[in-house]
Amino acid sequence: MIVHLKNFVDRERQALGELSALLKRMEEDPALVLTVAEVERLDFLYHRAASALAKLSSLPATEDVREHLSAVVARAHSELKDPRVARHRFHPVAWFLAGFPSALRRHLGALGLAIAVTFVGAAFGAYALSMNQPDVKEVLLPFSHLQGGPTERVRQEEQGASKDLATRHSQFAAHLMVNNIRVSATAMAFGVFFGLGTIVMLFYNGVILGAVVFDYVAAGQSVFLAGWLLPHGTIEIPAILVAGQAGCVLGGALLGWGESTPLSERLRRVGPDLMTLMGGVVVMLVWAGLVESFLSQYHEPVVPYAAKIALGLAELTGLVLLLSLGGRLRAASNQKPKSKTSQRRYMKRPRSRGHG
Amino acid sequence: MNGAHSRHMLALETAEGVEFRLPLAGPISRAAAWFIDTLCVMAIVTLLGKAVTILSLVSEDVGSAFGALLYFATATGYSMLLEWNWRGQTIGKRLMRLRVVDAEGNRLVLSQVVVRNLLRAADMLPAGYAVGGIACLLSNKSQRLGDLAANTVVIYVEPREFPELDGLTDSHYNSIRGQPRLVARLRQALSPEQARIVLDAVLRREQLAPDERVQLFRLLATDLKLLVHFPEESVLGLSDERLVLNVVECLFNER
Repeated sequence: MIVHLKNFVDRERQALGELSALLKRMEEDPALVLTVAEVERLDFLYHRAASALAKLSSLPATEDVREHLSAVVARAHSELKDPRVARHRFHPVAWFLAGFPSALRRHLGALGLAIAVTFVGAAFGAYALSMNQPDVKEVLLPFSHLQGGPTERVRQEEQGASKDLATRHSQFAAHLMVNNIRVSATAMAFGVFFGLGTIVMLFYNGVILGAVVFDYVAAGQSVFLAGWLLPHGTIEIPAILVAGQAGCVLGGALLGWGESTPLSERLRRVGPDLMTLMGGVVVMLVWAGLVESFLSQYHEPVVPYAAKIALGLAELTGLVLLLSLGGRLRAASNQKPKSKTSQRRYMKRPRSRGHG
Repeated sequence: MNGAHSRHMLALETAEGVEFRLPLAGPISRAAAWFIDTLCVMAIVTLLGKAVTILSLVSEDVGSAFGALLYFATATGYSMLLEWNWRGQTIGKRLMRLRVVDAEGNRLVLSQVVVRNLLRAADMLPAGYAVGGIACLLSNKSQRLGDLAANTVVIYVEPREFPELDGLTDSHYNSIRGQPRLVARLRQALSPEQARIVLDAVLRREQLAPDERVQLFRLLATDLKLLVHFPEESVLGLSDERLVLNVVECLFNER
């Protein structure tokens, strides 16, 4: 069948113009809320355009007409097929206290893997340093303030070696936040190499941590170490573990072991959790940066070690409680039978394929 | 007469069974958009730096800290913020007529924007987006690693007006129209793809250089004559272009 193309184009022109104008309004104003009548009209115009495109697909028509229709149908399709279950106003506090812990608990296996890899790295770092080989410390701990002997450093710190920090606490805090967030984001991003990049980064972090701990404990400076690390480390180290967890989740979704769902579906499922986990990591690292800059660098006699250790343990307890209980109450109250209107309103997903 | 796509296309099929195609952006135009965005980030950071200088008058420590955080937040958040608010576009992408869209044609969600931007750390390895560029070249949807993880693609958005088809009608006498058997044979012999090619040639003939135009219509007329036998009286004195025009008018403008 050959269509009378000019008549066809003239007939569709007005409806397509109306659809394009409506789409333009929506694209230019992200906050625009359409009335029910407008949504119905959009749906009607989309189906009309899709029908015209389908008609042309089986007919000889110009590429111009087909491409124009294709572009308009694609735009309307993306506006109408919104995969979000519902739009909620974002509540940062509720998100951090409930959404973040819930996302973390959904992937406990990945968290366990991140912790295990870090522990293996720590054990390796401690073991390597215990061998007392020349240059090992230089390789394992390439930071100037960790190169000397722990006892000497403790003596210097207790005599006020960090006094000059007093004039640049904020700068130091900002530096720590930026650096730690960057490292965490990289740890998560490297999960795209099927999780291997994340595992290497976690292992390396573990090596450094294990070597530092061994160095100070072996030198009899455990109390100083606890007082120095615990106030910020009880938040910072778990934050990096959570970033590693996100990387493992991403790697797991890419590998898809034991899953029959397609790759795109697996990635779509973990996407919101990756975002939530990384958001939580950022909040934790902001706090850790402030504590490390404003408190961790002060030692006895300015701040008693007992107070610093107590604060660190209190933070760790709070974090464990938050991550293990946060969101459970809300989840329990939501376990009532759902009404039809609150159920997911997914539409059937379209199929896609790339063309070379 | 075979049609061919010169650019990579993403073909999607809606739940209603309608197929539509999106032109995928290549690494060069994406690199150009990224370069423009980098310049934009630098400009924003410079402007913010001026504001921070004022804060430094009150406290140098706080001013420097704000400067570092603002720089980091701008460099990291620029693409996320704009792609989310401008439906997959940044300033660079707007200028290059590119848009990030869901790989299945659905509406872009925030987590997709965040994930594809966080994964730049992997795409930028070891330098100059080498990993991302290679991934883009190897992927059949031109996806860098961030796009793959977020299930997004970057497409060209070309603002088009609905095409005019005035070239289909003219007032000349059509020597083929008066021969219903010949028209029927043409309709039967030409495949939809062949019909589309002659139609495109007629509609775009004004865009062709004179020599190319003569050559193209000579080829098309020769092909048509091989497909269908034209009685001598119907083609007598007709140029190749007029013959093709008459055929197209009979095929597409028959009332």
